[in-house]
Amino acid sequence: MKRGNKTVIEELFFKTVEIREKILVMHAKSNESHLGSSLSVVDILTVLYFQILNIDPANPYEEDRDRFILSKGHAASALYAVLAKRGFFQEELLDSFAENGSKLSVHPERFSVPGIEVSTGSLGHGLSMGVGIALSAKRDNKNFKTYVLMSDGECEEGSIWEAATSASRFKLDNLIGIIDKNKWQAYDRTNKIQNLSSLKSKWEAFGWSCKEVNGHSLKELINCFENIPFDIGKPSMIIADTIKGKGVREIEDKMEWHYKSPNENELKDFLRSLRKDL
Amino acid sequence: MRKAFAKKLTELVSGNKNIYLLTGDLGFSVFDEFKEKFPDNFINMGVSEANMIGVAAGMAMRGKQVFVYSIIPFVTFRCLEQIRNDLCLQNLPVKIVGVGEGVSYGTAGPTHHAIEDIGIMTSLPNLTIISPGDPIEVEKVVEQSLNLTSPCYIRLGKSGEENLNSPEIDLKIGKGNIIKQGGDIAIISTGNMLSIAVKVSNILKEENISPMVISLHTIKPLDENLLKAISKTIKHIFVLEEHISSCGLCSRISFFYSQENIKVNLTCIGLPDSFVYLVGKQDFLREIYGLDAKRIKDKIITELRR
Repeated sequence: MKRGNKTVIEELFFKTVEIREKILVMHAKSNESHLGSSLSVVDILTVLYFQILNIDPANPYEEDRDRFILSKGHAASALYAVLAKRGFFQEELLDSFAENGSKLSVHPERFSVPGIEVSTGSLGHGLSMGVGIALSAKRDNKNFKTYVLMSDGECEEGSIWEAATSASRFKLDNLIGIIDKNKWQAYDRTNKIQNLSSLKSKWEAFGWSCKEVNGHSLKELINCFENIPFDIGKPSMIIADTIKGKGVREIEDKMEWHYKSPNENELKDFLRSLRKDL
Repeated sequence: MRKAFAKKLTELVSGNKNIYLLTGDLGFSVFDEFKEKFPDNFINMGVSEANMIGVAAGMAMRGKQVFVYSIIPFVTFRCLEQIRNDLCLQNLPVKIVGVGEGVSYGTAGPTHHAIEDIGIMTSLPNLTIISPGDPIEVEKVVEQSLNLTSPCYIRLGKSGEENLNSPEIDLKIGKGNIIKQGGDIAIISTGNMLSIAVKVSNILKEENISPMVISLHTIKPLDENLLKAISKTIKHIFVLEEHISSCGLCSRISFFYSQENIKVNLTCIGLPDSFVYLVGKQDFLREIYGLDAKRIKDKIITELRR
């Protein structure tokens, strides 16, 4: 996997650092919440948008494109940063994140910028819409895939399990669920609120074919996505083990960074921390 | 009305395979023909209404014409946020079809009644709300709903409603349907109260009162031109609905007139702000709540003499 002097993984890794930088700046500037939730999905989104999804930023509504739904809509800053880097819109637009009159709200809205497929923000909605897209694609003999990224806390929503049931019933092997398992939800550890420790067996019991991966290993993620569907006739679920706030040592695995945003000094420290491994 | 819906949809899908009917496990004996003739276009989503709405949204994003069907409380209240975010916010032209308006499911009890759905559904931006007055209006509305570019909610009665329109009627979503011209007063009815409205107008003739009867099938958007026009010629407007008046059609009409600063004599004839705990069939409950033809006639006479 070599491109010039750099491997694909090295190139992707460099992108994830730049995207994390953008996210830090966006949150510092806007003073908005969910920084930790956005940082935990950067590697998943980077692999998808630069390596896996069949998409064309010049033709964002192409009928046969792959669909990506950010069901955990509170991580929209990460999606915006990735979409901008991938060329869906100008990177300068990111500077306006959550400002008065901006196109970019804290949760993504379908009519805001190219690349946002659905409006989300309330948890437990994305998977059903993904089922609808994937089901209609099957009926039309279309080959594109539909990806839905959820959070582990989101799996407490009953609607997720209604959708899970119908996806396997319709044999949607063109539907891929991804769970960003960062083990935190808004007000505590996920396993302290509801016992979701057996997520894999739950999804398997609902008829999905599941794999657990390190959600920050670009190599593992690529390998996993390249082997979809895991089973013909079954929807695929990737349970990605992640760290909330990944990339910045100071905020990793800390609940308060679901809410806080960095001040000027913190931003400098965090950006330095992020670059440390380069 | 549900038979009329099923018949029309079966007819439409035979010429348009882009139409899908999603049901929340309801429609036994109603959709049998549809299901048998067009199995690929019929999907029983099971008892999971929230998922049904989300799936419909996803299908509509790919250009499918999707009808979702269940008993009103289950296809509205149960999945309200899915309707709000997935359909209305994203402005996807899914058709929500609810059966059992008012107390059509009288004996089933208050869980199955639909006497506050207009209030809740009219609060949602982008949503067109239609309550047809008879099976013919159902057929016209269902056919025209395919041309809508935003979501709609079609609330139906149940079974046994009589036809009050001619099959040739030129009915349009958004335009009130004048069933009878008249001079003194107007009776505006929505949904399955239309047959009562017609009966009331017939017995009012004995009192030398000749009411105009309007089937205001489209509750949102209101036919503002018609409301303005009748306010100039009609002395008193009576609004009939098998729904809580304070959050139904009558309150919407009242709001419209007050915002336009139009002075009218307006009387709401509907249900009070209360669940219907009493057990009984629709006709029985209508009598109890003063929504049968005789009691409405008496109410109108009393109001006119005040």
